[in-house]
Amino acid sequence: MSELTELAERAVERALATGAGDAEAYASEAENREVRVHGGEVESLTAATQRGLGLRIWIGGSVGYGFGTDLSPSGIEAIAARAVEAASVADEDEFAGPADAAGEAPALADLSDPSHGQWSPGQIADLALTVERTALEADPRIAAVEQAVYFDSAERVAIAASATAGGEYETTSCYAYLQALAEGDDGRETGLGFGFARGPAGLDPVAIGREGAERASEMIGSSKPASRSCPVVLDQTVAASFVGLLGNAAGADAVQRGRSPLAERLGEEVAAEAFVLHDDGLDPNGFATAPIDAEGTPRRRTALIEAGRLQTFLYDSYTARRGGAASTGNAGRSGYRALPGVSASNLVVAPGTSSLEDLLRQAGDGVYINDVAGLHSGVNPVTGIFSVGASGRAIKEGEKAEPVREFTIASDLVSMLRAVKAAGSESRWVPFGGSVSVPPLLIGEMTVSGS
Amino acid sequence: MSGGKGLLDPAVAERVIARALANGGEFAEVFAERRSGLTLAIDESRIESVQSGAEEGAGVRVLSGGTTYFAHVDGLDPADLERAASEAASALRGDRAKPRPLSAEAVQPQPIERPPGDIPASRKAELLRELDERARSSGAEIAQAMASYGEARREVAVANSEGLLSGDDRTRVRIGAQAVARRGDRVETGAETLGGHRGFELFDDDPAAIAASAADKALTLLDAGPAPTGSMPVVVGGGFGGVLFHEMTGHGLEADHIHKGASVYTGKLGEAVAQPLLTAYDDGCMPGEWGSDAIDDEGAPTQKTRVIEEGRLVSLLYDRQHAERDRVASTGNGRRESFRYLPIPRMTNTYIAPGEAEPEAMIGEIEQGFYAVSFAGGQVDPATGDFVFGVNEGYLIEAGKVTRPCRGATLVGNCLQALSAIDAVGNDFWMKTGICGKGGQKVPVGTGQGHVRIASMTVGGTAA
Repeated sequence: MSELTELAERAVERALATGAGDAEAYASEAENREVRVHGGEVESLTAATQRGLGLRIWIGGSVGYGFGTDLSPSGIEAIAARAVEAASVADEDEFAGPADAAGEAPALADLSDPSHGQWSPGQIADLALTVERTALEADPRIAAVEQAVYFDSAERVAIAASATAGGEYETTSCYAYLQALAEGDDGRETGLGFGFARGPAGLDPVAIGREGAERASEMIGSSKPASRSCPVVLDQTVAASFVGLLGNAAGADAVQRGRSPLAERLGEEVAAEAFVLHDDGLDPNGFATAPIDAEGTPRRRTALIEAGRLQTFLYDSYTARRGGAASTGNAGRSGYRALPGVSASNLVVAPGTSSLEDLLRQAGDGVYINDVAGLHSGVNPVTGIFSVGASGRAIKEGEKAEPVREFTIASDLVSMLRAVKAAGSESRWVPFGGSVSVPPLLIGEMTVSGS
Repeated sequence: MSGGKGLLDPAVAERVIARALANGGEFAEVFAERRSGLTLAIDESRIESVQSGAEEGAGVRVLSGGTTYFAHVDGLDPADLERAASEAASALRGDRAKPRPLSAEAVQPQPIERPPGDIPASRKAELLRELDERARSSGAEIAQAMASYGEARREVAVANSEGLLSGDDRTRVRIGAQAVARRGDRVETGAETLGGHRGFELFDDDPAAIAASAADKALTLLDAGPAPTGSMPVVVGGGFGGVLFHEMTGHGLEADHIHKGASVYTGKLGEAVAQPLLTAYDDGCMPGEWGSDAIDDEGAPTQKTRVIEEGRLVSLLYDRQHAERDRVASTGNGRRESFRYLPIPRMTNTYIAPGEAEPEAMIGEIEQGFYAVSFAGGQVDPATGDFVFGVNEGYLIEAGKVTRPCRGATLVGNCLQALSAIDAVGNDFWMKTGICGKGGQKVPVGTGQGHVRIASMTVGGTAA
């Protein structure tokens, strides 16, 4: 048994001894490194270790949560006392209770990359410098790189519980990104390039640098498009943002509390047939992949939208009990500081057969969108109605034309999904605001507000 | 001992700093922190999500030749601190540098009358029940109410190789209310918050009023029509309306963006960027405000910094490192989310000073326009100046009068243009609380202003 699992088990024991009826401990430890470079120099190099534990306890139907970084015997005692005190304030909830035992966790391919620990600080700094240099050399109009960043993490998680088996796993991950600045006659443009892998050997710094340069320089000379309704092509990063919102809407918690545009739409037609969506906690390439979820239930693959219909919601143990369903292994948490709650794991949109060029041709005359802003302020999470800032390229005669920006696109999530005409053939993993694998999407019609 | 200096024993701190400089470096610093907090929520009229925790740890940084070497660890034992120092120094290859002996600063933390830790948790649950009750009784169409309570205490201590030893003891409380109104298929939400660098005394004066206000916003939106589309005069409301200034100007004045050329305000110091009627400040020492602290997270005292004086850009916002580069003093804006992060230039409480215009008169002069009372949030790219804001509560202005409410409006524009287009600043003024994210770090910030009018701005509506 690892030391981390021992700590988690000790916390469960202490909680039961302090008055808890049931208890579940989540312990994690991580080693992180980060390099930031600017102007060909290393700006900062960070090395960090962190370790903490969160303890969820039940007294009758009341839940309490305590957490801390002091994992000495007295520290764990204090965490248990905090959790018990917290439960004394919470109201009874008839559906509250520990996760049910749900079978063996699946065997997964190794989620740790050996190159992770082997690369020296000098090597990862070189990687980040290569990202920056590539962007600067890719196009004469690239004036600077605001920042190029490399980050990696090795994390171990152990879950112990009074009612179920718990489990332990280890993952490594790393990413690099940059924000390139292009200088045009009438102002600056920025472009983001990024990549994600399990270890630094899996990153392509040249591709990341080029992407940032390309995204920045293609926006030079942009203007506002005319206001109208027209076909829209979403690139993978933009499609991923909307799919992330959809993942939140599919969470049973939002549904049961009447705060989701998908509430009461189970089995109904919510999308065009071209849009097929799974939640897949086991995809070997996803960065939310793990054998178990945040309360120890095995991860799995769940069809969310198939044949245009909403097939199921995503459940953790609480919402499953409340909804008379089984957990789909979708308990997530942002770390040991927070209670687990329903969240999507890896959201995977099935690729179609059209190349990006085909999608643009089918759009004919419209807008290609490669960035959206204000997604969190511009979307009504209850109704799914949104109006967000966007930028990208005009589509004219089936091809990308002049750059456009400072406009908004407006629709609602379900109407947008029903208007999906085609999914592109090239999927990409996008790591912002969740973990999403998605191809570009052609939307038949959307409101564009510009000049 | 005042503040949180007790976290760092001076002898241990000197040893840790010496170890951090073992392989060279021009500057070394240890930042120690103990944080604890309690959060709870009410939803479906049930108290839930009661979470209580405590964390402690330290970050050590060494500056050498333009590079920052940083390490952080959990725990505050001397062995933990020395481990962080060794880790930070491990990538350096120079000769030992010598730190100055420490001398303690006297710091007076913001006064807290009634520490929330002394108030029983049941009283906090009761407060949430009051909010819930108030929202639900605001109208038959209120379908749901949610509210949250949060308290946090951060004791911090900082010591560096220049001899500084300082500390602070920070307590913040904040409540938020959200209401959902429903009429047939129409569903609208409203939200309101109240927070401060204060103790439980913040809630002495009818805290449940924020729940009524959230409910009123949601109910108002039930009657809302589509938002207009196009360029028009826009009047922005006070308080959280200041988030517009925070995003479109404040971030661009943070010295790190300026130094990288990644700000539209680069090279504009001393120049006119707005009309003379506009003066603005960042003030980290406003008593009791959400974004206030006694010192920043590098030990520099917080201060009131005039950033725009009668339309001219007069100061940037500095942390230690960027101030040194410009050969000026830090403005006390070096902030970090916790010991797990490096300090970077951040706003504290940022606001447009009250002007001379009567709010009614500002609106009365508009034939066709838009009144943005509050925002759901916003985003800006400091390098290009492009911004976008979601309007949470907005109204049409027709023939000098505020008329029907609009839903789903978005304001889009460019900072420099919008700032210079401010042609009236109201004589009313108030502050609101926000959580600002930058470089992956979240810090509490205050935003404020009275009513402000922008002569022309793009409103992206829901009507094509």
